[in-house]
Amino acid sequence: MNKNDHIIEVRDLVKRFGSFTANDHLNFTVSKGEIFGFLGANGAGKTTAIKILSGLSKPTSGVAIVAGFDVAKYPNKVKKNIGYMSQHFSLYDDMTVKENFRFYGGIFGLSRKSIREKTEYYLEKLKMQNFRNMLLKQIPLGWKQKLAFSVANIHEPAVVFLDEPTGGVDPITRRQFWELIYDSADKGTTVFVTTHYMDEAEYCERVSIMSEGRIEAIGSPGKLKEEFGVNTMDEVFVQIARTPLDPPIGGTDRGNSFKKQVN
Amino acid sequence: MLQIIFIIPVAQLLILAYAVTFEIKNVRFITIDHDRSTHSKKLINKFNGSAFFEYKGNAENYEEAEEMIISDKADQVLVIEPGFGKKLNTERTGSVQVITNAINGNAASLMSAYATSIIADYNREIIIEQNPVNFTGLPIDTKPSFWYNPELDYITYMVPGILVLLVTIIGMFLSGMNLVKEKEIGTIEQINVTPIKKYQFIAGKLIPFWVIANIDLAFGLVIAKLVFNIPIIGSLPLLFFVASIYLVVILSFGLLISTLTNTMQQSMFISWFFLVIFILMSGLFTPIESMPQWAQMIDTINPVAYFIKINRMIMLKGSGFMDFQREFWILIVYAIGMFIFSTMRYRKTA
Ligand SMILES: Nc1ncnc2c1ncn2[C@@H]1O[C@H](COP(=O)(O)OP(=O)(O)O)[C@@H](O)[C@H]1O
Ligand SMILES: [Mg+2]
Repeated sequence: MNKNDHIIEVRDLVKRFGSFTANDHLNFTVSKGEIFGFLGANGAGKTTAIKILSGLSKPTSGVAIVAGFDVAKYPNKVKKNIGYMSQHFSLYDDMTVKENFRFYGGIFGLSRKSIREKTEYYLEKLKMQNFRNMLLKQIPLGWKQKLAFSVANIHEPAVVFLDEPTGGVDPITRRQFWELIYDSADKGTTVFVTTHYMDEAEYCERVSIMSEGRIEAIGSPGKLKEEFGVNTMDEVFVQIARTPLDPPIGGTDRGNSFKKQVN
Repeated sequence: MLQIIFIIPVAQLLILAYAVTFEIKNVRFITIDHDRSTHSKKLINKFNGSAFFEYKGNAENYEEAEEMIISDKADQVLVIEPGFGKKLNTERTGSVQVITNAINGNAASLMSAYATSIIADYNREIIIEQNPVNFTGLPIDTKPSFWYNPELDYITYMVPGILVLLVTIIGMFLSGMNLVKEKEIGTIEQINVTPIKKYQFIAGKLIPFWVIANIDLAFGLVIAKLVFNIPIIGSLPLLFFVASIYLVVILSFGLLISTLTNTMQQSMFISWFFLVIFILMSGLFTPIESMPQWAQMIDTINPVAYFIKINRMIMLKGSGFMDFQREFWILIVYAIGMFIFSTMRYRKTA
C-alpha cells in the first residue's frame, strides 16, 4: 500500500500514567476512506489512544501522524482535519439542536449559509426536522448520538474518531447509526471507531484488537476469523482478550455473537 | 438560572445592607452629672434630643454607671465633673468625659463619633451665644469623618461597597463554576478537539458573564437608589467603565480557578477561600488604613479593595478619573495579567 494513502500512522506509541502503561508500543496504519474498528475490552486503552490521535492528550513517546500532521507537534492542525465523538455524550444539553450545529459550525469557521445547509441536510437525513428547536436534553440518547455524529462531521473532516458511539443505544438505532457511518465513508471520510459490539466489528473493513494496552491482532474481520479458525468475531475476541465481552443489547442478525466461550 | 442572577443581587443588597450596617439608632446613654448646672442640663438635653440617643437617666457614681453597662442597660456614659458650667462661664473652656462600651469596636467608634459631634455642636452654640458677632472663632471642626455623609448614614456608606461584593460574588461563581462544569459533564472535550484558539475560548466564556454582571450592577444601582435612596453623585458611565475593567479581573480569576480544578466542589472551595479573604480585607468593614501593615501589604493585590475604594469615591464624593488614577491603572494591569494567565493555564491538550 502506498504510504501516502495512510491517513493515520502510529509508530511505537506509548502512553503511561505514572507507572501504569495504558498504551504499550502501538503500531498501526489506517488508509484513507477506510472504516477501521478499534476493539478491546473495557480498560484495554482504546480511549487513551483515541485521545492521543485527536490531540487531546500527549503521548509519552512514539509518533502519531494524523491527516499529515504529527499530533504531538501540531495538535491544532490535526484538529482542523478531524471530527471527534467522545465516549461521553458531549453536545450542549441546554442548547437546541440548531444551536449546537451553529455553535460547532461556527468554531470551525463555516459560513452561516453553509451551517444552515448542513443543518438541514443532516436533520433531513436523520428524519429529525421536527427536533430542530428542541433542547438536546429533551431528546432520547440514540437520537442524540446520531446528532453528535452529524455535528462531528459538520466541517467534513478527513478523519472522524468515534469512541463507542453506540454504547447503550438500541439495535435499530445502532443500524441507522452504521448507515450514517457508511454514508460518510462513501464521501471519503475515514472512520476510526471503537466498539464493544462484535456484530459491529463485522461492519468494519479492518479491525485491531487491543488487550491490556497492546494490539494483539489486526486485519479484516474475514482474515482474523480465518486465522483463529472461528466463525465469529466474538470468538476471535474471546481468544485474544480471554475475557468475554458484554453481550450486545437486544438481538442482532448474528445470533451466535451471544455465545461466550472461554478457552 | 436567570432568576438566580436577579434574585441574588436583590437579596444580597437588602440583607447585607442591614446586616453589615453598624448604624446605631438608639444609643442608650446615661450621665454622671456632678455639676448639675444649666450648662450640663443643656448638654444632656442636646443628647436627649438627638435621634441617636435615648437618655436612660443619671447615675450617682462610676460604680453605678459601670453596673448599668455590664448589665447591658446602657451603652455610653457622659461624665460631667463638678464646676463644668462655672468654668465654661468664666474660663470659656470645659471638658467632659465620654465612656463607651467598646465590646463591638465598630459600634463604639460610631457611638463615640456621634457623641463627639453632639458635643461639638453644643460647643458651637456656646460660641455663637457668647460671641454673636464674631462668628469666626469656631473650634476646630471635629466632624471630618462625616464629610460626604452628613447624616452619618451608615447604609449610604456601605451600599457602594455591597454593590461591589454583589458583582464580585456573581462574577466569581459564574465563571468559576462554568468551565469546571463543562469538565464534569464532558462538553469541554468536544471543544478541546476543535481548532478554537485558547484566548477565543476564554473570551467566549468571559463576555457573557461580563454582560450579566454589568446588568446586575445596574440592577443593584437601581435598588440602591429606590430602596435606600443612595446618592450617586459621580458619573455613571465612569462607574460602569471601571466596573467593566474590574469584572475582567474577577471573571479571569474565576476562570483561572476553574482551569486549575477538576470538580465544581474544588472550584467552589478555592473560590470561597479567595472571596472570603478579599472581602474581609476589602475595607468594607474595617478601613484599610487601620489594618496592620502586613494586611495593607496583602491589600495591594486585592482587587476588591481597589474597586470598593473607587466605587465609594464615585458614588459618594463624585470623584473623577484623575482622583483614582493610580487604582485604575492597577486594575488595568491586573485585568490584562489575569486574562493572559487564565488563557495560558487553559490546556487544550492534557
Ligand atoms: N488520566 C488517567 N490517569 C490514570 N490512569 C488512566 C487515565 N486514563 C485512563 N487510565 C487507565 O488506562 C487504562 C485504559 O483506559 P481507557 O483508555 O479509558 O480504556 P478503554 O477506553 O479501552 O476502556 C485504564 O486502566 C484506565 O484506568
Ligand atoms: Mg473507552
